[in-house]
Amino acid sequence: MYGINMAKGFLVTLKNFTKKPFTVQYPEERVKQHPRFRGEEFVWYEERCTGCASCAKYCPLGIIEIVTTPSETAPAQGDKYRLELFDISINRCMFCGLCVEACPYDALYMGSGFEQGQYSRKEMVIDIDHLRQADKHPSTFFRPQLEETGYDPRGGRPLHWQDVGREGWQWHQREKMGMRIDRPVPADLIPSDPPVDSSFVEDSPALSASKIEGDAE
Amino acid sequence: MPIHTEPMTVNIGPQHPSTHGVFRLRVTFDGEEILEVEPIFGYLHRGTEKLAEERNYTQIVTLTDRLDYVSSMINNQAYCLAVEELLGVEVPQRAKYLRTLTAELQRVASHLMGIGFFLQDLGTLGTPLMYGFRSREKILDLFEMLCGARITLSYMRPGGVFFDAPDDFWPALDQFLEDFDIEFEELERLILENEIVMVRTRGVSVLPLDLAINASVSGPTLRASGSDWDWRKKAPYDAYDRMDFEVPTATGGDNYDRFWVRMQEIRQSIRIVRQCVEQIEPGATRAEVPLILRPKPGTESYGRVEASKGELAFYVVSDGGISPYRMKVRSPSLINLTVTEHLLVGWKLSDMIVTLGSLDINMGEVDR
Repeated sequence: MYGINMAKGFLVTLKNFTKKPFTVQYPEERVKQHPRFRGEEFVWYEERCTGCASCAKYCPLGIIEIVTTPSETAPAQGDKYRLELFDISINRCMFCGLCVEACPYDALYMGSGFEQGQYSRKEMVIDIDHLRQADKHPSTFFRPQLEETGYDPRGGRPLHWQDVGREGWQWHQREKMGMRIDRPVPADLIPSDPPVDSSFVEDSPALSASKIEGDAE
Repeated sequence: MPIHTEPMTVNIGPQHPSTHGVFRLRVTFDGEEILEVEPIFGYLHRGTEKLAEERNYTQIVTLTDRLDYVSSMINNQAYCLAVEELLGVEVPQRAKYLRTLTAELQRVASHLMGIGFFLQDLGTLGTPLMYGFRSREKILDLFEMLCGARITLSYMRPGGVFFDAPDDFWPALDQFLEDFDIEFEELERLILENEIVMVRTRGVSVLPLDLAINASVSGPTLRASGSDWDWRKKAPYDAYDRMDFEVPTATGGDNYDRFWVRMQEIRQSIRIVRQCVEQIEPGATRAEVPLILRPKPGTESYGRVEASKGELAFYVVSDGGISPYRMKVRSPSLINLTVTEHLLVGWKLSDMIVTLGSLDINMGEVDR
């Protein structure tokens, strides 16, 4: 009989008419992300970072900018290099997570936010101070050690740098110890004249050029 | 005195909701009847092939996500197969199963969207589309659990997948399979044999088999014309050689058959997913490959898969560097689009949009 299948279809819609909607009314209610969610904003642990710039090299878009200087004050904190600049232009970021995958020291993590829109492009560049002060709610993307603990980035407590990482933090401390400038250096590796930092001061051509480039973004 | 009439040329698109992206059709009408069709594309060109020449082999995976953005997983798979052939890497068993499983889930999601938009073009005002989206949403949730993203997945890597599924993925997948049977049965009852759909699509825009083969049309569009060509059967990759499934075919080659074949393929895909869940065994999920890959100079490879739209292939040539010398994408949507003129000429304006919907093109893939 003509129309019998249409009647069947209308029965389906009638059945669904009485059901609760499947959609979520977004600003009032939110869907909880999964722990592996790749989102804003990046969680960075300065204590773990050695400034190797693996993340910057591995980023397909080249939006991570890292400048390190051989430092004279940093050895007091146990480092040979000091991070001058760690900029992530999040406005061009596509959240592929390759920087997190490339980080050998588990210093960089994805975040789990998705609603950090800004009114100006300048605010979309996350600089080192911002990364230092940000809440540490790392996503478990590419970090199985976080998954094993059952940690949930949404609603869990912020994680200290000693809580995260494939290797224990003691291992990492030892690793950083190896980078100390005051360890015995073979005589043939010591340069004849001490390294001069003058090429890295604020108004040096190298740094200001990169700054202009950053601003042009 | 006879009324003087003349043909009229109308531009559909480039920005039009029913052109599935930025696609322009310059159509000449005689009243309602189509006299001439000229498809114009290239509005979404992003230079993926050129961009690939300055990215390393792993970074290109993120570019492939953006080709056919409703079936990223299958794009990743095709690209990774090409690079693995280039490197001669053996993929671990578990990774093969995970790839097969996710690719089939993605095929379901893509077909649901294709069907939904096809029916919306037909004038169903979103009801079947929303039914499809309800199930697709759950698949995207599974993907989010798996790799942290919903659309631009980048889950696969040359040598396997980037990580094993989390523990709570498997119960969620079981739950999804359980729900999906009910939901899909509802969708079938709602629309598959609906008389209005039948009247509007049966016998409209017939694609004969010989033309389909000559135009190297592939995927559901070809199978609706009567061929059972499917790379999953003809040259099994990943874990498809261990899967038991059928290739649904139809003989009409009209709009309804293309729609029907997609509906049946969803059933088969779910069958494959179930078999993957049964057969998968613990093990490594990624071969031991370095982050920066350097294939031997002069090697080339052609990785092809049966994507949701047809045969998707990546041709990669290496010059020994960290990025390919050349990467060519054979995208099914572009090739399927070449028969547009044949399908449309002689039919009415109201069938034009429906036919375009039945081809299930994706402009991200056409323009690359």
